[in-house]
Amino acid sequence: MCLAVPAIVVQIHDDNIATVEIGNVTMEASVMLVEDVKPGDYLLIHAGFAIEKIDSEEAQKTISLLEEIKNLDEMKGLSE
Amino acid sequence: MKYIDEFRNPVAAEKLAHKIKSSGTRMRIMEVCGTHTMAIARSALRPLLSPDVELISGPGCPVCVTSDTDIDRAIAISLMPDVVLATFGDMMRVPGSESSLSDAKAKGALVRVVYSPLEALKIAKEQPDKKVVFLGIGFETTAPAVAATVLKAKDENVSNFYVLSLHKLIPPALKALLSTEDLHLDGLILPGHVSAIIGSKPYEFIPREFGIPCVIAGFEPLDILSAISMISDMKKTNPAVEIGYARAVRPEGNPKALNVMYSVFEKVSALWRGISEIPQSGLDLKSEFAQFSASSFDVELPEPKEKKGCVCGDVIRGRVKPNECPLFGKSCTPESPVGPCMVSSEGTCASYYIYGD
Repeated sequence: MCLAVPAIVVQIHDDNIATVEIGNVTMEASVMLVEDVKPGDYLLIHAGFAIEKIDSEEAQKTISLLEEIKNLDEMKGLSE
Repeated sequence: MKYIDEFRNPVAAEKLAHKIKSSGTRMRIMEVCGTHTMAIARSALRPLLSPDVELISGPGCPVCVTSDTDIDRAIAISLMPDVVLATFGDMMRVPGSESSLSDAKAKGALVRVVYSPLEALKIAKEQPDKKVVFLGIGFETTAPAVAATVLKAKDENVSNFYVLSLHKLIPPALKALLSTEDLHLDGLILPGHVSAIIGSKPYEFIPREFGIPCVIAGFEPLDILSAISMISDMKKTNPAVEIGYARAVRPEGNPKALNVMYSVFEKVSALWRGISEIPQSGLDLKSEFAQFSASSFDVELPEPKEKKGCVCGDVIRGRVKPNECPLFGKSCTPESPVGPCMVSSEGTCASYYIYGD
């Protein structure tokens, strides 16, 4: 029940409502619980509310680290 | 999809699993959150890491830890005249002492499944002659959304919207669990979305008082494997609370969501199935929001009845694995569940039944 999915903000409306896209699905979510939301931001959506913004820099750091893990062993020929 | 696919790469998963297994130490790790339990089962991480890492499930399935008495109260409220009870779908088939919300619906109760508390508020506005009660189940991830909905109801003067708040808080439950059980844990995988709200600080007592390394993890396979790898690395040095899900979790959490949550709710004692009554581990509406509270609805509750042979309480405590329960897969299946751990889509028993151990 703590599932939350990443969605991109398409448009912000009045009353703290945003149109967001999750994959090919477009829906509305409340952005009342997060600060300074703008179109293009990624949000975590849970029960119709954005509960947090996704920090793209932090995400990129983790993705780069995972890329390193993926490639490092291959270069050493240690893949099993 | 962005921020999902990057964390599902099977080659990186194999490499991470290899790294974890080659550390040479056996580890027993609890995943606290039911959403993690399902993610682990779905990605078959348990067999991938066995026997080096033993993953046991904790108390983080909100449906599973809701007591029979609280379920009975929700059912009794749904059967009141002029009440529409709105709930997340997971609660429908959970058996109380005598029946479930699904049974109540079959008897004519107006029970509506909603995805968001905002939908319940919408129903209240559309049906002003009904009392619309939202069944507030969930941890810190969900409580701010429910609090925000109450604030909206107040702003819009909606006088027929109510919340039966059964919300629970994760850190006090972990404290109660770790204080009473010796689970011999080498690490805890902490819930990513509860932590998006509360941050990492409320868990600091765990390494300090119990010496257990903790990592806050996301929900994709590589998030979970990275968290286990971090626990494995930490074990050799000093236990601490680390954030392995930094794209969503700040050390301070989400102050705005916390502020909304604590403007509407206050901490109260709560009864957890399998654990006990834990002080300051639940959330109820503050007195200034009493007009929205369904807790005081006058209903008659059945005598609590023990479910013979059901060991959900022990499963929630991490003491017993689902397949060690005598009812598992026999008289208790997802189609015909005896206990809540088999009903909830995130219940440990349901995950073992669907995906194997």
